[in-house]
Amino acid sequence: MPGHEHIRGPALRPGENEVRLDVRGLEVRLGQAGPDVVGDVSFTVEAGQVLGLVGESGSGKTTVVLALLGHARRGLRISSGEVRVDGVDLLRLPAAQLRAVRGARVAYVPQDPSAALNPALRVGTQLKEAIRVHPGAVEDPDGRIREVLQEAHLDSSPELLRRYPHQLSGGQQQRVGLAMAFACRPSLIVLDEPTTGLDVSTQRHVLDTIRSLCAAYGVAAVYVSHDLAVVGGLVSDVAVMYAGRIIEAGPTARVFGEPLHPYSRGLLSAVPSPAQATRLTGIDGQPPRPGRRPAGCSFAPRCGFATEECRSRQPEPVLIDARTVRCARVAQVRESSTGVAAALGHTVPAAEEVPVLSLRDVSAGYGRRPALSGIDLNVPAESCVAVVGESGSGKTTLARCIVGLHRNWTGDIRFEDAPLAASARDRPRQVLRRVQYVFQNPYTSLNPRKTVGQIVAQPLEEYLRLGHRERSQRAARALADVSLGADFLPRYPDQLSGGERQRVAIARALVAEPDLLICDEVTSALDVSVQAVIVELLRGLQADRRIAMIFITHNLALVRSIAQSVVVLRDGAVVESGPVGQVLDHPVDPYTARLMQDVPKLTRPGPPGTAQGATAAEPAAP
Amino acid sequence: MTGTAPVIPPAAPPPAVLTRRHPWLSVLWSAVRTPRGAAGLTMALLVVGVAVIGPAVSPHSPTDLVTLTFAKPSGQFPLGGDFLGRDVLSRVLNGGWLLLLMALAATAIGIVVGAAAGMSAAYLHGPPDGIIMRTVDVILAFPQLVFALLLLSLLGPKLWLIVLAVGLSHAPAVARVIRSATLDIAERDYVKVAELQGMRPAKVMAKEILPNLVTPLMVEAGLRLTYSIVIIAGLAFLGFGQPPPAANWGTMINENRIGLQLNPWAVIAPAVLIALLTIGTNTFTDAVARVTIGVDRRPEEAALLDDLGPEQA
Repeated sequence: MPGHEHIRGPALRPGENEVRLDVRGLEVRLGQAGPDVVGDVSFTVEAGQVLGLVGESGSGKTTVVLALLGHARRGLRISSGEVRVDGVDLLRLPAAQLRAVRGARVAYVPQDPSAALNPALRVGTQLKEAIRVHPGAVEDPDGRIREVLQEAHLDSSPELLRRYPHQLSGGQQQRVGLAMAFACRPSLIVLDEPTTGLDVSTQRHVLDTIRSLCAAYGVAAVYVSHDLAVVGGLVSDVAVMYAGRIIEAGPTARVFGEPLHPYSRGLLSAVPSPAQATRLTGIDGQPPRPGRRPAGCSFAPRCGFATEECRSRQPEPVLIDARTVRCARVAQVRESSTGVAAALGHTVPAAEEVPVLSLRDVSAGYGRRPALSGIDLNVPAESCVAVVGESGSGKTTLARCIVGLHRNWTGDIRFEDAPLAASARDRPRQVLRRVQYVFQNPYTSLNPRKTVGQIVAQPLEEYLRLGHRERSQRAARALADVSLGADFLPRYPDQLSGGERQRVAIARALVAEPDLLICDEVTSALDVSVQAVIVELLRGLQADRRIAMIFITHNLALVRSIAQSVVVLRDGAVVESGPVGQVLDHPVDPYTARLMQDVPKLTRPGPPGTAQGATAAEPAAP
Repeated sequence: MTGTAPVIPPAAPPPAVLTRRHPWLSVLWSAVRTPRGAAGLTMALLVVGVAVIGPAVSPHSPTDLVTLTFAKPSGQFPLGGDFLGRDVLSRVLNGGWLLLLMALAATAIGIVVGAAAGMSAAYLHGPPDGIIMRTVDVILAFPQLVFALLLLSLLGPKLWLIVLAVGLSHAPAVARVIRSATLDIAERDYVKVAELQGMRPAKVMAKEILPNLVTPLMVEAGLRLTYSIVIIAGLAFLGFGQPPPAANWGTMINENRIGLQLNPWAVIAPAVLIALLTIGTNTFTDAVARVTIGVDRRPEEAALLDDLGPEQA
């Protein structure tokens, strides 16, 4: 296979360390003769290095890392390639030997620690088990457990070992997962989005732990993530995946500082910045699925640089500027400016008239457990208020109280100075119409048995009792407002991508012509490039239609790009509120300050040659 | 390899495009394509064919005395004669369609009543839930056959009453299954959306919840059809069915069991048909159920759906 010599992966510096992991020409196919899901994947990782594998959902990153363990999911088959760990090709090992290698020489840390740990076994039992299945790997299991727990920044007392997984916090669970993975001193460790479910502060501590463990053990690590900011702060080398191929790989500082593949560029300009309000640019369209990939470059249909040649021939990886890029037009891409993200001026909120919505001393709970206490909140007309908090801070409960889905609250919620009934059932139709709610997860908020047209027209039927013709006209217009064509009307939700689904959900809210739009974590289920599109869409609609908006998010970085004022929630209480610039730049409350500090930051790619462009992502100062 | 990478032509759109509108059709189709489903459907269709086409092709009248009592099979009477000397083959060919119709009707009643009760109980919570489910518990305490016999002995053996009794005896079990399925769906966000639009509960159930219950309802319908056949044939065996001269598989088994040694076909033929029908419908339902929970889904489909489809939060 002649193509492989010049894509030996990102470790291009003269090897000061031994190569621990060497992947060559890895290909995974669907079924026996199906299309490839990932193909032509080659990279090396040296001892002590962490390679970041980034890509959006469906890019094949999880398929690749599972193949590193010699595993393929049901229906998939590793059809060719080599995965050499310390020179041994795992893909050629008989099943029994492969089992012996897994956990001992090659370890895996899964995404969701609460699902990966057995809830019925004590933590100590599970750690011991991880060691016991590999006889001879460790001499003194009990001592080793104490040692590795300390290294994972867990207290190694017998008390912790006696606990069950549910008695640990999410961060502690993931540390136990890490301790288990490092217990047998593996050569390769695979981390599959291990911090995705964690709050920013916990995430930062777990990332610190991962960094110190990898350095201390000199393992080769592969860190999979869709979160570019997290990867930027952790890894030395990065490989960007798209449609089953590595499209750009090299040192993190170079790739994130001055991305050369149009896809990497798009991805990076979609990442919101917590430091500066920027106009987010998404990538239109969606990645092709295996079997429907175009003949030429997979990214060509979405690429601004694409030529006829790109559409007809798959690009060869080329070595340029210390990295490999799979793009035929890389020279042209390099010459064009990166386009510094357009900064947004702060719009000063309109003069305080009567707020559209005001909350006074609102408290709520589930049974006896309080979820909110004494919330005061004002939403001025035509402005966007961001509500920020970590999981469990009560931000979704707050939204559900406002719309009337959560009935068990006390206090005073006034909409245009008229008190709102506790339950949506007791509110007049017109009030229901004027306060619209967009749910977090577009995969459950659209009825799978209804067409997009039926879904979007439904509010018109329920609130306004409009006739059929009027309904379908307005529905088509609402779809156009969210940049979806009329050809979406007869489609079903399962024929749409996540971003398209969320746009349909937004169109359903807009078609009712609301005065207040409540967006509850509307981008958290979406990829970063789609998130950028949705946030920009909401910002534009909010400004054009002069509607008030409550934007609920856990992602502090998004706040600047969309809101004028911000409310920070913690444990069901407001800890700080005010204009966005003031709160984020000069936080008064120590909690806000800590949140701001712990947000993973990705330095914006600047034009080539500037100082900013050369240093990519720096982790926040400790 | 990159240079010679095979050019993958854009794959044809999946053949399921036509059935997208009716997801249950694609489920049925996947079930038919499993060996289990194909076997079950073949058995059931065989019997349905006999019952439907039978009356048109039967060589004799099912009620005429044309041969000797319990006559052995012969050229003219391939399955011999029954206890009165009627042609067994003609009686078998004529004795199925009413059984099938009654079983279908009873199943429909059971599914409609049970689904309505189960859905209301789950969606309305509180007192309606308590009242419906406690009633269900009481009816479930009676064995189905005993419940049907109870109604029949009170009101007399009328055909419509048999259908109603068997149908109502199915309702509680259906209600339980549908209640638990509804509990899951009622918590989905699209149901909340409908509530925020001020939709009335009855409409929420009919428009938002019911269409998502089609798959469990389909499995229930198959299962209840099997039971209906068994119970209605059993009632006919016990004498609750059409009045005497009419042919009926259940009645035939009872009538002719005294002559089992003289002409066993008079019992075996109807018994085998009933068995084939119940085993066939049950096997096919099993295949449908397995497809819906993904056991027999083809691996490629499973991989595409599980791994490459949009990731959920």
